[in-house]
Amino acid sequence: MDLGFTIKDIKEGLAKGHFTAEEIFKKYFDKINRGNKNLNAYLSIFERHKENPPHGELYGIPCAIKDNMLIEGTIATAASKILKNYISAYDATVVKKLRKAGAMFLGKTNLDEFAMGTSTENSAFGPTKNPHDLTRVPGGSSGGSAAAVAADLCVFALGSDTGGSVRQPASMCGIVGLKPTYGRVSRHGLIAMASSLDQIGPLTKNVYDAALVLNTISGQDIFDSTTAPKTVPDFTKDLDKKIEGLKVGVPKEFFKEGLDGEVREKIEATISKLEGLGAKIVEISLPNFEYALATYYIIVPSEVSANLARFDGIRYGHSSKEAQTLLNTYMESRSEGFGAEPKRRIMLGAYALSSGYYDAYYLKAQKVRTLIKRDFDDAFKKVDIIVGPTAPHTAFKLGEKISDPLSLYMEDIYTVPVNLTGLPGISIPCGNGATSGMPVGFQIIGRSFDEETVLRVSYQLEQELK
Amino acid sequence: MLTDKEVRHIAGLARIKISEKEEKGLKKDLSSILEYIDKLNEVDTTGVEPLYQTTGLVNSFRSDEPRGEFKPAPHQSRPISDWRSAEKIGAGMDDLLIGQAPHKEDRFVKVKSILSHK
Repeated sequence: MDLGFTIKDIKEGLAKGHFTAEEIFKKYFDKINRGNKNLNAYLSIFERHKENPPHGELYGIPCAIKDNMLIEGTIATAASKILKNYISAYDATVVKKLRKAGAMFLGKTNLDEFAMGTSTENSAFGPTKNPHDLTRVPGGSSGGSAAAVAADLCVFALGSDTGGSVRQPASMCGIVGLKPTYGRVSRHGLIAMASSLDQIGPLTKNVYDAALVLNTISGQDIFDSTTAPKTVPDFTKDLDKKIEGLKVGVPKEFFKEGLDGEVREKIEATISKLEGLGAKIVEISLPNFEYALATYYIIVPSEVSANLARFDGIRYGHSSKEAQTLLNTYMESRSEGFGAEPKRRIMLGAYALSSGYYDAYYLKAQKVRTLIKRDFDDAFKKVDIIVGPTAPHTAFKLGEKISDPLSLYMEDIYTVPVNLTGLPGISIPCGNGATSGMPVGFQIIGRSFDEETVLRVSYQLEQELK
Repeated sequence: MLTDKEVRHIAGLARIKISEKEEKGLKKDLSSILEYIDKLNEVDTTGVEPLYQTTGLVNSFRSDEPRGEFKPAPHQSRPISDWRSAEKIGAGMDDLLIGQAPHKEDRFVKVKSILSHK
């Protein structure tokens, strides 16, 4: 699949006068108008864009934003009926930063409702389709962003990743998706799902572009007190620096039952390529890996039930016309406004946090989270980077798993440990599966705030995989 | 397996009204997820501290100074008795703060009565 223009291509085209920023914006606008009907990647598109500074690092680059981030004066739905008509009162910090860098916003992309899902089928506004095969899902929850990038309906997109929601759709759509370290990028203006895990990241056509976008969106922000006071390096600077002698950890737990054969084959072949680049492959163990998903599905619903309590039918969003009392305003508005998955998670969280159950569920999960973090800390004493699959399967058929929530949760098995530990992780395409013919994603996980090594390994592997 | 009563109780805690059909589905889904989650009881966590977040930041403060991001209202110094006046804070600010509330009166968000006659 030809991915079309990269950021570098657009910059060159603008510099050489092949097109103006207006012309390239119009070209993408027209392309979306033709192509979005089949894909449903965009929920809204913008006809015009505000004039942005002409000398910014991303000047004239047409991009897409997941519809759970705010762009002032435009609708932000989070793919939920409860926010169908909600108008953003301000710009998210990442949007502000992209604007300042000169990027142009084409529109808002589809997602699983409130970013809860792994297939984008949980959107209240219909599923997004995978551009490689319209009968398959694009992954999720940033499925609209991934499909838009893969189909060249934008040059790059932003997504949010709470348990794999940038990396997994990138994997299923054959593109690059980066989840930065928790604390690297501000979430101010991102509609919160699980606040101790949410992180914003770029979906791009290659690793270089991911590094460029990360340069722009990173940094401490007074509006998100979890952002770390770290200097932001130029992530494009050392992409070429040799990785000879670098120690690459391969967790044996990643290759147990559950991993599809066609995925395993590609992942193993890619690990050999790393060896070819002079990296030293080391088998490692993450003994508590098997508990990561259960831990995640206590912490996430708990935080969800608290974060989504703000949707009360009173201050903004959908309000039931049936309600006669205050309590019924809450009960009816939330009943009418939320889809099945948010309801499921809010209730699960309310249960896990309820009197008498807090210690058994929430506290227990946070303790196991400590053990999972220790496993990674121990591993990173022996290796510089950890690799494996992004997802256990390639893109599955629409409707195939929607009736079984637990089987959908399993698609995040390799990505959630990275959120629980706050580490940076990326998915890069490593070829297509022999059986399904669909893209396979290779995941690279780094030390805390070491996106540089993650990107460097990814960049050089990408050249080998061409 | 959760009981029907438990499912209704949780829905009440979550402030979500559920239909009978939803109740059935939720009972099945929530029970199977809880069964999976029970896996965590295999792990010995004696003496292990919980990990609530991963940044290591403690008490992240910022200075509390006016940033001047919102335009000052034309009549900021009006007495409090004029609280119904839309001019007190800029009309634009009103819009940002409560403009999207589904039920409003003057400059206020309107809610159903909190106390009831019984």
